[in-house]
Amino acid sequence: MNAQLFELVLLTIVTASIPLVIAALGELVTERAGVLNLGVEGMMIVGAALGFAGAWASGSTLVGALCGVAAGMILAALFGLLTIVLAVNQVAAGLALTIFGVGLSGLLGAGFVGLKREGAPHLQLPGLSDLPFVGKLVFGEDAFVYAAFLLVALAAYFLARSRAGLALRAIGDNHDSAHALGLSVRGVRFLAVLFGGACAGLAGAYLSLAYTPFWAPGMTAGRGWIALALVVFASWKPWRVVLGALLFGGATVLQLHAQAASLGLPGQLMSATPYLATILGLVVLSLGARRNSAAPAALGQVFVPPR
Amino acid sequence: MQTPEQQQQQQQHEPDPPLLRLRGIVKRFGGFTANDHIDLDLRAGEAHGLIGENGAGKSTLVKIIYGLLQPDAGEIFLSAERIRLASPREARARGIGMVFQHFSLFENLTVAENIALALPSAETLHGLRPRILALAERYGLSLDPDRPVWSLSAGERQRIEIARCLLQDPRLVILDEPTSVLTPQEATKLFETLDRLKAEGRALLYISHKLDEVRRLCERATILRLGKKVGDCDPRRESPRSLAALMVGAEVADISPSAPHAQGPDLLVVDDLSLASQDIHGVDLSGISLRLRGGEILGIAGIAGNGQSELFAALSGERLGAGAEKIRIAGAPAGARDITQRRLMGAAFIPEERNGHAAAPAFSLAENVALSRHAAAGFARNGALNFARARQTARDIIGAFDVRASGPDAAARTLSGGNLQKFLVGREILGQPKVLVVDQPTWGVDAAAAGAIRQALVDLAGRGAAVLLISQDLDELFDVCDRVCVMHAGSLSPPRDARETTRAEVGLLMTGSVIEAAHAH
Repeated sequence: MNAQLFELVLLTIVTASIPLVIAALGELVTERAGVLNLGVEGMMIVGAALGFAGAWASGSTLVGALCGVAAGMILAALFGLLTIVLAVNQVAAGLALTIFGVGLSGLLGAGFVGLKREGAPHLQLPGLSDLPFVGKLVFGEDAFVYAAFLLVALAAYFLARSRAGLALRAIGDNHDSAHALGLSVRGVRFLAVLFGGACAGLAGAYLSLAYTPFWAPGMTAGRGWIALALVVFASWKPWRVVLGALLFGGATVLQLHAQAASLGLPGQLMSATPYLATILGLVVLSLGARRNSAAPAALGQVFVPPR
Repeated sequence: MQTPEQQQQQQQHEPDPPLLRLRGIVKRFGGFTANDHIDLDLRAGEAHGLIGENGAGKSTLVKIIYGLLQPDAGEIFLSAERIRLASPREARARGIGMVFQHFSLFENLTVAENIALALPSAETLHGLRPRILALAERYGLSLDPDRPVWSLSAGERQRIEIARCLLQDPRLVILDEPTSVLTPQEATKLFETLDRLKAEGRALLYISHKLDEVRRLCERATILRLGKKVGDCDPRRESPRSLAALMVGAEVADISPSAPHAQGPDLLVVDDLSLASQDIHGVDLSGISLRLRGGEILGIAGIAGNGQSELFAALSGERLGAGAEKIRIAGAPAGARDITQRRLMGAAFIPEERNGHAAAPAFSLAENVALSRHAAAGFARNGALNFARARQTARDIIGAFDVRASGPDAAARTLSGGNLQKFLVGREILGQPKVLVVDQPTWGVDAAAAGAIRQALVDLAGRGAAVLLISQDLDELFDVCDRVCVMHAGSLSPPRDARETTRAEVGLLMTGSVIEAAHAH
């Protein structure tokens, strides 16, 4: 394998990982606040449909991305209304949100099937972007990639260092104690759910604006579920989510290349390897530090303030 | 003792207003009135006891003072200014701090993070560390700011609560049953801290049903019963007995010892039982041995979380893997048998958690009887349940143990804690077990029900059964047990004769100092 091909493979790995990083990061923050939102897949695919629609109508990738974010947040607000305000079971509401989102995206995106637009523009730094090997990888990505890494860094800082992040973690750990201290359990949880929705919507918009770039029904192809699993196996730690997503993206791209090279293994088995590799890798990671797991103790529990 | 009328007259002559004054506080939960027109006065530098049974309304009242609950009627004055507290944040801003009964701590956060959460947002974690250490020094509360809470003992956890409260420099500190999880030695240390707070002119509102503590600390006390204030007094001038009578509204009966009886053969033998915990926050059992004869009550003292639940699970068969010969029930090896098989051998078990472990909360009392005694009492034949018999048994238990319930079809969760516990104890005792293992039978149970439960255990032993009583309540252990041993960090101390040992000695064992010394040799 020559260096050019190797660089190409690395580039596609990053591209394949980014939607997972963004969606999983949003779910991670949501779960750290104690809310389990199984609707990631639904929010993601509506984000993909509306993101493409917005970009097509306006001609701007940025407007499209913002439309995707807004779509994710609207669905998340619906989820928050059900589970946080009305105290509905989170698992049921999340599953319903995914089913609803998949259906809604088909409806909203019906008029855009088969349309194609330019992919999101890539960074061009004279000199730097043309460096051999690392140039394109580090200095020539599209804006989503940089936004994703910035988001991870901000979220990691927010959770570990900021006062508001401390309150959010406390609420996810024990909402009764947090309430007894006077923290606004439902307010913080609602904001966390909205953040999760925004991220899922952005991840969806990335798929239809930069990854492919066109809209096709069902194009998320279970990435929302992978993002959910990544959060658990990453022990609710932001940088581990990146690691898990790269592992998954890497396995996806490599098995494609392996299939192209026709190694003689059944294609179905090859297609399953990214899932197996990601689960294995993260299980090994989470086994290593069981005591250090930041699993939110109040995850999935409905909070009803005593009055 | 003063009547409310005398007290009112006295208040009209008071020159300066008290720090905190409550007038006619009412709080209802649905049809239940938790606080019914409660008045209270609290002066700066005063330690005021708030005493009463479980369910008397003490916790509700202090939650109102701390802004956690809103009263339905009544007024709160702080330094003569009428206030309304919408949230604990406002209460803290006005100088009211609270140390909770069930710790309001976050297991996965560090000590410093737990403390920072209760402080105004301007505080940074970095600036907080030296303040925590300085405070710890000043009040003798040793704390490591960087330890995560899950790794700490109950005493250390309480020190966090206190430090968190004191860092806000409160004028009034509310303490809700602060000693319920402490060893006697830890409690003594707590009282030294509280004396220092009092000397600094802070007011203390001290909630307890342990009357000795109230007499030791407080110069005034308000007594609540069934949501109403029934009087106030100077607890130092009352005897524990007279205070108890005020709390319960009747004289408290002593436990009557069973008639002298010979001790029978060994009914429960545990031989060098070691079992690693499956839970990451659990305790490993190491080298547990005990020998319990018929007619005997053996008590296991210890602070919660030292392996008692793990020992209970190993004895009951909820956790297998001990090895057949490690546990013998009525002479036969039982270590490899499951729960139902052990019940068929004549053993019975009452776990600590009433709702959810000992009983299924949404199931009726009759169904709960069938759940635990289906095999031993023959309720099931060829897989079909005989419900008529289960209901009759439930009715028998309700009658024999004076359980206040609407009947055998009442759901378990609709019973009060004391009544459900009486029912669960009755369920096992009416089966005439040869061995009874019971974990914390009177935790959170009112004094009358606790007395009835203890009496039932003594009577069962009097009929020749072996009773293993796991409890954190030293008074209870010394009341009913023949021998007492102490559990610490998964090990069991050798048993001592209850009449020849003292609370101080047991308390010392609870901290582990003696067991560890013995292990070192």
